[in-house]
Amino acid sequence: MFRSDREGRRAAGAGDGKPGIPTVPPRAAELLALLPRPALRWALQRLVAGVGRRHPDLFERLGEHASATFLIDPTDLPVAVRLWPRPEGPQVEIVGRPVLRSAWHARIAGPLAALLGMIHGRLDGDALFFSRDLAIEGDTEAVLALRNALDDAELDLPDEAAACLGPLSPLVARPAGLVVPLAERMTGVALSRAGRPPL
Amino acid sequence: MTGARARGAGQRPGPELICPAGTPAALRTAVAAGADAVYCGFNDETNARNFPGLNFSRDEMARAVRHARERGVRLLLAVNTFPRAGAFELWTRAVDDAARLGVDAVILADLGLLNYAAHRHPDLRLHLSVQAAAANADAIRFYAETFGVKRVVLPRVLSVEEIAAINDAVACETEVFVFGGLCVMAEGRCSLSSYATGRSPNMNGVCSPASHVAYREEGEELVARLGDFTIDRVPRGAPAPYPTLCKGAFAAGGYRGHVFEDPASLDAATLIPQLADAGVAALKIEGRQRSRAYIEAVVGSFRRAIDAHAAGRPLPAGDLRRLSEGQSATTGAYRKTWR
Repeated sequence: MFRSDREGRRAAGAGDGKPGIPTVPPRAAELLALLPRPALRWALQRLVAGVGRRHPDLFERLGEHASATFLIDPTDLPVAVRLWPRPEGPQVEIVGRPVLRSAWHARIAGPLAALLGMIHGRLDGDALFFSRDLAIEGDTEAVLALRNALDDAELDLPDEAAACLGPLSPLVARPAGLVVPLAERMTGVALSRAGRPPL
Repeated sequence: MTGARARGAGQRPGPELICPAGTPAALRTAVAAGADAVYCGFNDETNARNFPGLNFSRDEMARAVRHARERGVRLLLAVNTFPRAGAFELWTRAVDDAARLGVDAVILADLGLLNYAAHRHPDLRLHLSVQAAAANADAIRFYAETFGVKRVVLPRVLSVEEIAAINDAVACETEVFVFGGLCVMAEGRCSLSSYATGRSPNMNGVCSPASHVAYREEGEELVARLGDFTIDRVPRGAPAPYPTLCKGAFAAGGYRGHVFEDPASLDAATLIPQLADAGVAALKIEGRQRSRAYIEAVVGSFRRAIDAHAAGRPLPAGDLRRLSEGQSATTGAYRKTWR
């Protein structure tokens, strides 16, 4: 699904000489655009609600910024996500582009691989920003609070997705433990947490 | 030379590696990556990285102390801002809690707070923060003899030769920064952030606070603002700047450039042998505000370099520029090539 950036930019991980941040090929992005948004939103809402339940410390770190509206903007996808990280129940919405400036307080934009790498603690947000792989707009303080809260939460999205399935979780977790590392090697994208123990 | 004395301070041969942690997860990462000691702060204005979403509650600090101690790593607590008049109790409570929680040392800058800690908690090990800007042997001796300070973090304005001269003249340990953000001013005495935003690293624990930072795309340029000031504008593809006044670009008299300081970060990895020979007890990495990815990469790189030097092997090649502000690095004042 992903490809290496051909413009010569380099990743914000440890050291030089790494390939650039991979981007979603336009054809794959077009296919994603065909998926029904209500279904996408339902899946993402379950995931985010589960993260909120399992990581309540996130909201402590967000503090007053939990009342902000964030636009998470994967620039290589046809859609973005509005996030309301409310302690009483975080909410998400899938939105098409362009997104009105009045629709968010803080925007974090970059290739999906950069956003996933940051969530999983594999890429440094500041370095992604310095290298222009990541752009932020609006309430900078809210962006920092969200970044710090997510970094401390040590999220692993495959684990979080599996946990959403309740009793069926073990059925998914084991195959995911085999598929995720393989997919990471093929795509160069951080699909799991740094230091994640093998399942 | 005092190298042997310095090496005796750590559990491993060579200078100790002192690593930053802004969150419990970052602390665990630093410990796993090879830190000899980790420095942290409480989640208030008593420390110089009082950023949103960062730092430790008292409960988190208690768990952090246990986590570090069980793995043979020391925990240092930075209480290194300057107490506001009328609010001294916030800072003394931080020192009291540090002693109660059993941290291995507190890193202080303020004379009054040093005096308080020395008298109230005589068994609490005291380190002098870089914020105190003790840059000569007389000043360091004063802190050591008056308050029993055991280690001084030297300001980033000294050459390696000057550090060696200080170490030959003082009895307490010295610690120097080897990686991360640079500060061009006499540390702890800069008012630029306060001028632009009303908040400063010295009093509030934030330099150029994010609450006053704004980025905007203007055509092909990224414009970075701090409060009412445009600090820099860079073309597409150029490294993005963080709008600290001292690293801003200014135009005057037909010249446009970085008047005070280039937006580059310190990387003194290649100077580890010289700093060890100069008698430095500990090498410090800046960046409590940075992510686990930064901590893992930088701490791991310096761990390998220190171990290689201690074992008499050549320093391994390491390039951490991509993690640096400005995407470039300097050895700063350690090599005063402009002299």
